[in-house]
Amino acid sequence: MKTSRLSLWIFLSPVLMWLVLLIVLPHLDLFIMSFRAKDEYGRMGFSLQNYVHFFEEPIYWLTFVRTAVYSVITTFFTFLLAMPVAFYIVKVVRPKYKGFLMVLLLLPFWVSELVRVYGWMILLRESGVVNFFLLKLGIVDAPLKMLYTDATMIMGLVYTSMLFMVVPVISVLESLDDSLIEAASDLGGSKISIWREIILPHCKPGITSGAIVVFMLSLGNYLTPNLMGGKNSLWFTEQIYNQFIASFNWNQGAAFGFLLLLLSSGIIWAGLKLSRVKLGEVAS
Amino acid sequence: MKRIVALVAMCLFALVGTAQAAGTFKLLTWKGYAPKELVDKFEKETGIKVEVTYSNNEEMVAKLRATRGAGFDLAQPSQDRISSVQEEFKIYQPMDYSKIEAALFIPSLLDAVKKNTLVGGKSYAVPFCWGTSGLVVNTEKAPDAKSWKALIDPAYKGRISYRLKRAPLLGIAFSMGYKPFDLYGDPKAYKDMLDKVAEAMIAAKPLVQNYWSNGDALLESVRSGEVVVAEAWDNGAWKLHAENPAIDFVAPVEGCLGWIDTFAIPAKAENVDAAYKWINFMLKPENAALFTNQEKTPTASKGAGPFVDKAVQADFDRSFPTATIDNIKWYPPVPAALEEMEGKILDKIKAAN
Repeated sequence: MKTSRLSLWIFLSPVLMWLVLLIVLPHLDLFIMSFRAKDEYGRMGFSLQNYVHFFEEPIYWLTFVRTAVYSVITTFFTFLLAMPVAFYIVKVVRPKYKGFLMVLLLLPFWVSELVRVYGWMILLRESGVVNFFLLKLGIVDAPLKMLYTDATMIMGLVYTSMLFMVVPVISVLESLDDSLIEAASDLGGSKISIWREIILPHCKPGITSGAIVVFMLSLGNYLTPNLMGGKNSLWFTEQIYNQFIASFNWNQGAAFGFLLLLLSSGIIWAGLKLSRVKLGEVAS
Repeated sequence: MKRIVALVAMCLFALVGTAQAAGTFKLLTWKGYAPKELVDKFEKETGIKVEVTYSNNEEMVAKLRATRGAGFDLAQPSQDRISSVQEEFKIYQPMDYSKIEAALFIPSLLDAVKKNTLVGGKSYAVPFCWGTSGLVVNTEKAPDAKSWKALIDPAYKGRISYRLKRAPLLGIAFSMGYKPFDLYGDPKAYKDMLDKVAEAMIAAKPLVQNYWSNGDALLESVRSGEVVVAEAWDNGAWKLHAENPAIDFVAPVEGCLGWIDTFAIPAKAENVDAAYKWINFMLKPENAALFTNQEKTPTASKGAGPFVDKAVQADFDRSFPTATIDNIKWYPPVPAALEEMEGKILDKIKAAN
């Protein structure tokens, strides 16, 4: 008994060290940092000022609200797109093509996000590929301005997070018995009611876990909003970056970081309550 | 037992590896500031291995601050960003000017940098190169863009781009009749000025195509004609001028904003000797000229003139007649409090709709 416990600790120690040294300790440091600020004489001391600042300064919390709302919208669109894709892969297409389609989905993720975003920028810019063809075909007279708008940014976010919704939905869809769908249509159920009564309720755990991942990824994204969103797209992560890098104010940046963690956890908690899914179901 | 021996042997190898690595020189600099030819030449001459990390002013400070000045042997911040940072975070060590070959430098530049990086009776940097921020203009499509005002001019709607950083803030402030550098000592007046400038920039926001953050991406936009007026560095404009003569650097009538990038040694640098060697090496006329020819950026090296390409010299002479040089507004050291103020204003502009 004793030796097995010892070996358990030995095997656990790399993971524990990883967690403690690389995740817990730096976060503790940041947490302490977020409660320290300069008083009017320029001395560092304990203070809630960094947190108060967030609520006092409309730019900061408005940016957060904006980021949260856009992340929710992104999550919703990702869900709308991912459902038919997942359904097609699992239930419609012949099994031998299934793997091939999955690879197609994975393929864009073999290159880094930066490269993918630049790819979109080359396609969408005024002198870009899409505008070139639109002009050649005579559909538009002057190049359309597609880049640097909120809609493009959301499209970019949906694109980068698609996979994280499709994969969990596929895994739950696979456990859905086809005969349930067949029985429903035999009994005269319409397509809409089959989706509403059978497929969606069955997929709920997969959708929820996908939604959590997509929401967190969008909320914490830095590259896509920065590069594709253009001039109006102040994302909350950019605020944190600005505090750390541009203003040299690590204390404020740390406070923003923890607020992001707290508020996003709150939103996810609210989402779970609303959809009445327990966290345990999601994880399984 | 065998395994333990192997493990010990591996640890020893690792140690030997780090011992050899003591002969490396870690440089934290801007993109283009360490041309490959010069790195190779330096490695051959001295036998020291050079490791280069690219960064910018803000990230340099953040990187050095995170390690309290360790991890690099030499950094290249702009001269106006040294004294306030040094006062607060103590990330650099005083420069030992006896190890610098002063004869290599243009005396006025060396003196200016010494004066501007003076903290507690000691100076912290020597100059490397200098240049200006001004306007990159497509003179065919925007022949009248000659002032910083062009950045908020409705005539160029949707064809304007600038960095959301200090330079356009200050440039537009100059064009509105302010003298921002004279207000450095008066934070309240400076704040009022920033508010006015921000108001103008927010009102003009619909005119902006985007706020650029990557120099190459901006040059691409100017090259394709998507942008006709931009705030940028002079050398970028000259690169485009070689391809399309219509695109050129325009020094705004209010004056370009002049910067000097320096060499400063981080507080916990390990290979200080190599750092001084690198500084003296880079300032040698033929080496400095090679850098100038590649990056089209003038250096603080005194004798580099004869080694500089004619085309590069021509670009410089075309954009900088003597009167324009005299009109350059050199960045004085920026107080930390003002920089924080500017950061907030820039956030406000970016968030505004």
